[in-house]
Amino acid sequence: MNAAWKNVRADFPILDQQVNGHPLVYLDNAATSQKPSCVIDALANYYRKDNANVHRGIHTLSMRATFAYEAARERAAKFLNAAEPGEIVFTAGTTDSINLVANAWGDENLKPGDVILLTEMEHHSNLVPWQLLARRTGAKLRYLPVVAGDTGLLDLAQLPTVLTPEVKIFAFTHVSNTLGVINPAAELCAAAKKVGALTVVDAAQSAGHLPLDVRAMGCDFLAVSGHKMCGPTGVGLLYGRKTLLDAMPPYRGGGSMISSVEYFESKWAPAPAKFEAGTPNIADVIALARAMDYLDDLGREAIAQHDEKLAALAYARLLDEVPGIRILGPAHHRSGVVSFDLPGVHAHDVVTMADQEGVALRGGHHCNQPLMKKLGLSSTSRASFYLYNTEAEIDRLVATLQKISKFFTG
Amino acid sequence: MQDLTDLYQSVILDHNRRPRNYSVLPTANRVGSGNNPMCGDQMTVYVRLEGDRIADISFQGSGCAISKASTSLMTINLKGKTIAEAEAIYAGIHQLVTTGQVAEDDMSDLAALAGVHQFPARIKCATLGWHAALNAAKGEATPATTEKPSD
Repeated sequence: MNAAWKNVRADFPILDQQVNGHPLVYLDNAATSQKPSCVIDALANYYRKDNANVHRGIHTLSMRATFAYEAARERAAKFLNAAEPGEIVFTAGTTDSINLVANAWGDENLKPGDVILLTEMEHHSNLVPWQLLARRTGAKLRYLPVVAGDTGLLDLAQLPTVLTPEVKIFAFTHVSNTLGVINPAAELCAAAKKVGALTVVDAAQSAGHLPLDVRAMGCDFLAVSGHKMCGPTGVGLLYGRKTLLDAMPPYRGGGSMISSVEYFESKWAPAPAKFEAGTPNIADVIALARAMDYLDDLGREAIAQHDEKLAALAYARLLDEVPGIRILGPAHHRSGVVSFDLPGVHAHDVVTMADQEGVALRGGHHCNQPLMKKLGLSSTSRASFYLYNTEAEIDRLVATLQKISKFFTG
Repeated sequence: MQDLTDLYQSVILDHNRRPRNYSVLPTANRVGSGNNPMCGDQMTVYVRLEGDRIADISFQGSGCAISKASTSLMTINLKGKTIAEAEAIYAGIHQLVTTGQVAEDDMSDLAALAGVHQFPARIKCATLGWHAALNAAKGEATPATTEKPSD
């Protein structure tokens, strides 16, 4: 770990507070991460010094804003190792990015009999847009199963059975928000390419947590949320291979996405502008680029190791020290997401009681209702770690869960 | 955990562990279900309505201690009541869980829900089963209707 790690907790002012009389232990990072001061400053400074509408502006502030906005696109391209900045479309987040592909690419390219392949562990955001697309086009949905039991791994032995030539697009999550599983994205993309299917990778839980290289992965599209990787809410991006973006029709109409407009027809601007109708989310895009700088200063490989170390420690200690606990997902090689079921205690009671101890968890179906049903659970509690969490916070988690378990089951 | 013993009073813990009238009611002529789409909680309430009187009532479902105990307590308190009486009791419950104020009448064991008002995120848990029951009692005869409860 390099020098940037030295005062990492001090970079996040929100962590220094008491909740219900206890120092805050923030373990809800899979829902949203906290923001370092440099990102908050980037937002405030933009509004204090540079705010103006981008593109077409001739005056100084507009040129400044435009420059920073397009520099953020270059930054994002570098963050993902995209071939060029034109492969980055700024969106409202992962959900928006996936809807863009499902609408702009899907409506144009799918017909009855085609198959959309998903996995059984998808978040609702990588499930419902495809259900809507299937309804519009007559295409069918198909699922790559999760193996039986609690390891949460994809059943790769089933891949040849489900990934057939009728599959036109394969959308899967890189890291499960419920199971903490890291899926073999490059392997899945290579398999899809063999049958001529495009790939959409939901990177909401992996961007900012693991090193990401879209060219090494071999994906066609990749969706990212800014707020889960130290950036602001309401901003994210879609990576798309340039030839695919160029061939796709627009998703939304409006200003900025046209090259010429007449009363009865218009011509589109080239990608990525074609997909960014209206005034974009300038301030948040600029702050997101600052978050990428922050993460790369720490090093994403080092962040991944830190997350994995904490998750493995939490997994082992919870299993040893909390009687009867059931933990989902694999014991090793996982992300910082640890979901569990405490016997006899509903997840919402766990979360309410943990909050009284200053420990922020999440409980519920984690936008993953079909998977919960398959696992025979209606809800789980989830602790999710990020770069600023510590081993001492795992002590607090373990002690809190022991207390809760005792309170409910005597 | 001082505040938590306000929320999780022994009556609540007891009804969570051993919910009363927790079964399908074979003689039911009304069924109501309440689900909370945000958290996945789901309660089904079975009612045998005779005229405008709730002759018998039971429930099944999955949910947190608050929703389960509140629904369990409800079945005890609504059995034998008319729909108008049930609505009046629910009005008292709604006041109790949103403000902590006990209505003028003696609420007996339902007063155990008073702590809920300190936890605004949990109010909808306490009211879920009640919505399902009133929905069933006031609604059409089976099949069940589904509602999206607010508070």
